[in-house]
Amino acid sequence: MEEKVIICKELTKSFGDFYAVNKISFDVNKGEIFGFLGANGAGKTTAMRMLCGLSFPTSGEATVAGFNVYKQQDSIKKNIGYMSQKFSLYENLTVLENISFFGGVYGVRKKEIKERSEELIQTLGLQNETKKLVGELPLGWKQKLAFSVAIFHKPKIVFLDEPTGGVDPLTRRQFWDMIYKAADEGITVFVTTHYMDEAEYCNRISIMVDGRVEALDSPGKLKERFSADSMDEVFYKLARGAKRGE
Amino acid sequence: MKQLLVFIRKEFFHVFRDRRTLLIMFGLPVVQIVLFGFALSSEVKNIDIIIYDNAKDVNSTQIINKIKASSYFIMDKEVTTYSDIEKEFKKGDAKCALVFPANFGSDLVATGKAQVQIIADGSDPNIAKTVVNYITAIVSDYQQEINPAGQMQYKINPEMRMLYNEEQNGSLNFIPGVMALILMIVCTALTSVSIVKEKELGTMEVLLVSPFKPVLVLISKAVPYLILSLANFTLILFLSVYVLDVEIKGSIFLLFVESTLFIITCLSLGLLISNATNSQQAALLLSLMGMMLPTLIFTGFLMPLENMPVPFQVISNIVPARWYYLIIKSVMLKGLGFEFVWKETLVLISMTVVLLSIALKKFKIRLQ
Repeated sequence: MEEKVIICKELTKSFGDFYAVNKISFDVNKGEIFGFLGANGAGKTTAMRMLCGLSFPTSGEATVAGFNVYKQQDSIKKNIGYMSQKFSLYENLTVLENISFFGGVYGVRKKEIKERSEELIQTLGLQNETKKLVGELPLGWKQKLAFSVAIFHKPKIVFLDEPTGGVDPLTRRQFWDMIYKAADEGITVFVTTHYMDEAEYCNRISIMVDGRVEALDSPGKLKERFSADSMDEVFYKLARGAKRGE
Repeated sequence: MKQLLVFIRKEFFHVFRDRRTLLIMFGLPVVQIVLFGFALSSEVKNIDIIIYDNAKDVNSTQIINKIKASSYFIMDKEVTTYSDIEKEFKKGDAKCALVFPANFGSDLVATGKAQVQIIADGSDPNIAKTVVNYITAIVSDYQQEINPAGQMQYKINPEMRMLYNEEQNGSLNFIPGVMALILMIVCTALTSVSIVKEKELGTMEVLLVSPFKPVLVLISKAVPYLILSLANFTLILFLSVYVLDVEIKGSIFLLFVESTLFIITCLSLGLLISNATNSQQAALLLSLMGMMLPTLIFTGFLMPLENMPVPFQVISNIVPARWYYLIIKSVMLKGLGFEFVWKETLVLISMTVVLLSIALKKFKIRLQ
């Protein structure tokens, strides 16, 4: 049996009468790329915030990296990485300063920071840009750097919230290469996206509609089940039933 | 602890790379001190003077002629009662008046001693002071002329009176005022902006997901500004002493302790504002309009608090800068010790405790 790094059982978050997340249940396996899809307002971000230890669930159970989301938020935070949809590095710090700042915040040792950042800069091909302020880099590089920083402390799980917004197709492809590489190294990737071609890259995807998980399977099987040619069609068939607007 | 240092270092990077912030921080005190210092104390010419001559004798006429001849004064009015002097002052037609008593000349000749009275409009303390000095100089000049060489046979004693601002408040008072103002702007505005900036950019979210404790985020934001503000305070002290020749009468150590306290008050205010706002503009607007204006108005360094309507005087009590201003004025300009400012210090401490606990509590709630 495969090791499960995220286990959700009837996880719920309500604000008064409004159920932003309504009894969702799913498991995510170690090293898996798990796509978390849904229209705007379907409850993706709220669900993700609970899993990251940013907000408490109203009811239900969940463990992330083996830690309880109610009681062990601090331990969860140590074991995950996070990249938000907004660009999340400091523009007026240099490439190296950003790396060592976030490494330091996660408690990575100085010596290790030095070694790993050299390695990282090699792989990203940023040798000539280390002294440059991050604000001067093109968006594609910024995103790749942000992802590398998010997994710099070798977390068990990395949460990516619409990581490729506004990036050109080529860079997106390269970005996904990096995601695959991280998954190969055993990092579980939990990713939300609006791009259906990206959904096809995931091992398994869940589609949320109105706070509930309406479908969960591999892209191939989902297409079969909804007798659709593309993920686009699957998503459309599901999301059409949504009652919540944007 | 190591994480905290990493964070504080990052904050310093931010500050030092942001030229505008640095300019505000260290340019502002220089500009303010120089502006207030020199604009207020430059030479005064063409002052309207009123003469109230009860004597109308040789000596008084001679002095009046000397004043007429001087380029500093314009003499176009003579009055016949005291109340006329005040009328002219109120209209703003004159800044000073010279009064000769009825028996000025005869006193001078008979007893060798006589008095004149100089009345100045104290609402503008710098001008008033200069004017009084000019007239005194002219009178003592005359005194020398009528005295035989080497002797002091005749003595004219000028008696000064300030109208409206008898204690001469305001001449140096702007220095503690500027200190309060600058610390307020730097600490409150810059801290709130630096936190809100992280919210705006999305980096705050990343920090909150990290194992870094939220309270430590606040501390590491506050520490660089605390250090820079103390540097700023030192700069203002230096400028006051070496550029404006102000003597620091009290204990410098006490000044630094009280200023550190006030800086912490301002930082707490900044943190509070950053909790309440979500954009840098809003934070800046709130700090500048909400903090700078009350500081300017309610500390009493531009206009005396005593002259304000009672409701305003009551409001002034909740402005932290007012208490800081009182402390600094007492310590720096009057040379008083801690035993005279402990009440104000206590007020400031309680304000800080209240503000800081609200700020910390609100910051925690936001995370749930």
